[in-house]
Amino acid sequence: MSGQTLYDKLWQSHLVQERDDGSALIYIDRQLIHEVTSPQAFEGLRLANRQPWRLEANFAVPDHNVPTEVHERMGGVAGITDPISRLQVQTLDDNCRDFDILEFEINDVRQGIVHVVGPEQGVTLPGMTIVCGDSHTSTHGALGVMAQGIGTSDVEHVMATQCLVQQKMKNMLVRVDGQLQQGVTAKDVVLAIIGEIGTAGGTHHAIEFGGEVVRAMSMEGRMTVCNMAIEAGARVGLIAVDDTTIEYVKGRPYAPEGALWDQAVAAWRELHSDADAHFDRIVELRGEDIQPQVTWGTSPEMVLPVNGVIPNPAKIDDTGKRAATERALHYMGLKAGMSITDIKLDAVFIGSCTNSRIEDLRAAAAVVKGRTVAANVKRALVVPGSGQVKKQAEAEGLDKIFTDAGLEWREPGCSMCLAMNSDKLGEGEHCASTSNRNFEGRQGFGGRTHLVSPAMAAAAAVAGHFVDVRDW
Amino acid sequence: MKSFTVLKGIAAPMDRANVDTDLIIPKQFLKSIKRSGFGPNLFDGLRYLDEGEPGQDCSNRPLNPDFPLNQPRYKGASVLLARENFGCGSSREHAPWALEDFGIHCIIAPSYADIFYNNCFKNGILPIELDKAIVDRLFAELYASEGYSEEFELTVDLASQTIETPSGEIIPFEVDEFRKHCLLNGLDDIALTLEHADAIRTYEQRWRQASPWLFDVIR
Repeated sequence: MSGQTLYDKLWQSHLVQERDDGSALIYIDRQLIHEVTSPQAFEGLRLANRQPWRLEANFAVPDHNVPTEVHERMGGVAGITDPISRLQVQTLDDNCRDFDILEFEINDVRQGIVHVVGPEQGVTLPGMTIVCGDSHTSTHGALGVMAQGIGTSDVEHVMATQCLVQQKMKNMLVRVDGQLQQGVTAKDVVLAIIGEIGTAGGTHHAIEFGGEVVRAMSMEGRMTVCNMAIEAGARVGLIAVDDTTIEYVKGRPYAPEGALWDQAVAAWRELHSDADAHFDRIVELRGEDIQPQVTWGTSPEMVLPVNGVIPNPAKIDDTGKRAATERALHYMGLKAGMSITDIKLDAVFIGSCTNSRIEDLRAAAAVVKGRTVAANVKRALVVPGSGQVKKQAEAEGLDKIFTDAGLEWREPGCSMCLAMNSDKLGEGEHCASTSNRNFEGRQGFGGRTHLVSPAMAAAAAVAGHFVDVRDW
Repeated sequence: MKSFTVLKGIAAPMDRANVDTDLIIPKQFLKSIKRSGFGPNLFDGLRYLDEGEPGQDCSNRPLNPDFPLNQPRYKGASVLLARENFGCGSSREHAPWALEDFGIHCIIAPSYADIFYNNCFKNGILPIELDKAIVDRLFAELYASEGYSEEFELTVDLASQTIETPSGEIIPFEVDEFRKHCLLNGLDDIALTLEHADAIRTYEQRWRQASPWLFDVIR
């Protein structure tokens, strides 16, 4: 019998019951809650007169539609201008108070994007199962966690039962060996992977990311990679626990201490795939081959190296792909054969659960330091992922570097990644964005998103168009 | 939970791959704290020519005449014929809520994104996965039926796991037993899981002993 994958181990250790048809009850250690996908679940609990199964397994923070503009933010919940957003954030506060669930409220210094806050606070720990009504929950897999996004009905189900009904997924390994070139980051790695396997390449699979390049990444880089597993169709992204993981977790506010810490670490050391584990699919990339990436279309798989040219639909045989390419080029206002570096930008967004951690901000600041945002870039936002990230960045003087260069320094939240608050693109505007989705209308009605790394976004802000950050 | 047994209805085409949840229901409409009322904003960016605002009355907005669901021949459609990887992107259950509220109760496509697929069953929507070749053929038949839309009705029978096309062809489909059982009977899956409360408690006790640090109270 072959060994177990990391996913197999996490599945096995959380298996409550297996049914004859293959579906299973999986125990959930932690549920993360935000304002957009939870109100209907709380309402469901009330209507059925049910209580949360284990209160302390839940943790909440508002992030999706909190304002990030400094002035609007000062007023707290009452200061949110948009009445519908205000009601949603207020409803989260009310629900957490009524059910006695721990919440970091809007102006708590620990508030931030739920997928930044979880690991940062030690709310996320290796070996857990975590769910959240948000598809980018895969982020937490960077700590050896089986973490996945679920719909609101399942949010309610997990609140009421502490379990998820699920079929086991298949195992996929994406191995990136070798070494990355200078200027190539975790974001470029994951975009290159999505370009390789496609936006549905990981459907029905848990993807484990491994290889020398992944092992060499910091925890923040690993979170960027796992964050975008869902953009390859995989609900779960995973990375084995190693010294980097354990060093990262140590001393976090909610991490175990003393004897409990030693006991936990001993268990966490087992959180890796066995050498003889079976994977249903293995994909291999070489680190040296990966260039800085830029998406040109309306799906994350529509991605090219920065020195690439926009594809010509006429040369695509598959009719479905050709139609999709034509539609994407039309929406994006781009022409076949055009160089990526000729795409002019109207906006730059540095933030989101993919790239708003301190290392991301340091990388962006290093590029813009002493330079100025180009005249054609009408808006450039830097939105830290949490209050703690913001504090740290300010202590390092990064905020000053950004504002001196002409970028706006904001309060933490999801912001222009999905434009649920007032930060959004105008129709037809091109944006270099460090977020995760370039879907039509994602950053605003008619807005055109290009996904890139923080360093690439910063360089584009200064140049006014895409440039190869390796030459910077 | 809503049930699904037999559905006889008009099919409408959604002829593009990778239809994402932002396309199904754009984010500005997610601010509601209710489960209902999302139907008028289903496919908002494709359906209307202007930019929609939450809470707006959609009855006077300019419609995109090229969008199938706006065309008279697909009026009252309850089946959506779609392409690969339907429902990719976000976990927002607002996507199936919008489809259901609009009147779509069944989707036929070669493949779906996992989270969306799961969310459908929780809302009385049956997502059917068929071979690409069969879906291609259904698209061809649907487009060829112009002029008699009422005639292009499909009958979807969950109990027998079959689709009957207007030409009388019977197409079988697969569905997971447990989900089928829940959907046919409109069962409350939380109540079903709570029938196993003892097993959950037994597991929990064991897990707490093995991993006590996971049960630390966070405050």
